Amino acid sequence: MGAIFEGKGKEMSNQLMNILFWIIIVPGILVLGLVASWIVRKVSALVQWRVGPPLFQPAYDVMKLMGKEILIPQDAQRTVFLTAPLVGLAGTLLLSLMLWRITVAQTAFVGDIIVAIYLMVLPSLALILGSSASASPHASIGTGREMKLVMGYELPLVLAFVVVVIKTAGSVGPGEQLSLAAIAQQTPAFSISGMLAFLAALLCVQAKLGFVPFDIAEAETELGSGVLMEYSGALLAAWKLMHALMLVALPFFLVMVFLGGFHATLPPAELGIPVVIAALMVFAGTRLLAARSKFMDVLSLLIFIGLCVWLGLGKYVLILVLLILIKNTNPRLRIDQAMKFFWVYCGIALVAAIILASIGYYYDIHWL
Amino acid sequence: MSLKMWSLKKSVWVFHVNVGACNNCDIEVVNMLTPKYDVERFGIKLVGSPRHADALLVTGVGTHQAVIRLREVYRQTAKPCVVFLIGACACGTGIFKGGYHVAGPVDEIIREVDPDAIIAYVPGCPPKPEAMISGVVKVLSAL
Repeated sequence: MGAIFEGKGKEMSNQLMNILFWIIIVPGILVLGLVASWIVRKVSALVQWRVGPPLFQPAYDVMKLMGKEILIPQDAQRTVFLTAPLVGLAGTLLLSLMLWRITVAQTAFVGDIIVAIYLMVLPSLALILGSSASASPHASIGTGREMKLVMGYELPLVLAFVVVVIKTAGSVGPGEQLSLAAIAQQTPAFSISGMLAFLAALLCVQAKLGFVPFDIAEAETELGSGVLMEYSGALLAAWKLMHALMLVALPFFLVMVFLGGFHATLPPAELGIPVVIAALMVFAGTRLLAARSKFMDVLSLLIFIGLCVWLGLGKYVLILVLLILIKNTNPRLRIDQAMKFFWVYCGIALVAAIILASIGYYYDIHWL
Repeated sequence: MSLKMWSLKKSVWVFHVNVGACNNCDIEVVNMLTPKYDVERFGIKLVGSPRHADALLVTGVGTHQAVIRLREVYRQTAKPCVVFLIGACACGTGIFKGGYHVAGPVDEIIREVDPDAIIAYVPGCPPKPEAMISGVVKVLSAL
C-alpha cells in the first residue's frame, strides 16, 4: 500500500516538475532573446569604440513600446496590419520551442528539418504581409526588397541543408535522415563540404535576421525603417520581440544542424539551461542593484563563461559573435548585389559542396 | 510614477525634423551619437520613422513649406511624446524674425495642432551636445 502511494507521489512530483519546467521555458527563451539583442547592441558599440546601452535596454524598449499609442494608417488593410506581427511572433515562438524541445527536454518529438525551414520563412512572410498592408510608399519599397531577398537566400539555405543531409546520411539510422534530433548528434561542419555549407548558411541567417550587409529591406538611412515604417506601440514591440526570438532560434538551429548540437552531459540537461539563466539573472541583479564591485562582475562572468563551455552554449555565442562582426564590418549591399551574391557565389559554392559531399559519401571519405 | 512613464524615460527614441535649419544644429544632433557623447548609454536612439519616436528634435525656423510637414509629422508621432526645439531659430526664429519665408515660431505651430504638447527649448547657435543632453535630462526629470 505504502509503495503504491510512494510511486504515485513520485509521479506527481515529476509531473509538477514537468509543468514548472514548461512554465519557465517561454519566459526563459524571451529572456535569452532580449539578452542576445543586448549583446548585439553592446558588441556593436564596443566595435565602434562606444560604451553602449545597459543590460536591460531591450527590455526597457519593449516595455515602453507596450505603453505607447498604436497608430493605424487610414488606408491600411486593418486586419492584416494588426495580425501580421502576431503571426510572425507565433511562428518564431513555435520554432524556438521546437528547438528547445529537441535540445533541452529531449522527448520523442520528431521535429524534422522541413518543418523548421517552413517555420523560418514565417517571420519574413509576416513582415511582407504586414508592411504591404500598411499603405506606405516607403514600406512598399521595403516589401519589394524583402521579397527579393527571401527569394535570394531561401535556395542557398535549402541547398546547405541538403549538404548536411548527404553528409550525415551514413551515420544516422534509417528513416531519420531529416530528423533534427538525429542530425544534432553529428558534426558535418568538420569537413570541406560541410564548412562551405556552414559559411553559406551563416550568411543566409545574416540576411534572415536583417543584419547589415543585408538590411536592405529596413535600410534605416534611405527608407526610414522600410518594412516597419508604419508600426507603432505594442505592434512594434511584437516585431522587436520576434527579432529577439530569431536571434535565439536561428543560431540554435545552425548549431544543431552543423556543429553537433548542445551536449550537456554533467548535470541533467533539464537543469542546465535554467542554471545559465539564473547565472545571467545574478549578473543582471548585481548590475541593477548598483552593487557593482569588479570582483562580483568578473566572478559572475566567469561562472557564465564556464557554464557556456560546459553546456555547449559556447557554440551559440560563437555564431552570435560571428554574425555581429560581419554586421559591423560591412556596408549595406544593393538588392541586385545581394541577389547575385546568393544565387551566383553561394550557389556555386554549394553545388561544389554537394558534389564533394556526394563523392565523400560514395567513397567513404569523411573529411571531404 | 507609472510604469509607462518610467520605461519611457529609460528608452527615448528620437526623430529628427529639419524645418529650415542651416544644417549646423543637425550636425550637432548627429554628434550626440558619436563615441565621444554616445547617448545610447541612456537608451537614446535615432529612429527613421516618427511612428517609432518618443521625442521630436526640431531644428530650423519653420518655413512656410516645412511647417505643413511638421504638423503632419507631429500628428503621426505616437503619444506620449516630447518635442525638443534645438537651436536659436527653432526656439524663437532667431535672426530670421519677421522674414518673408518664416511661418512663425515652431512652438506656436505645434501648439496649434496640440495645445497640451510638451515642448522643451535648447537655445544656442548651434547648441553644444552637452547642452542638448542637459536639456533631455531636465525634461525627463520634470515629467
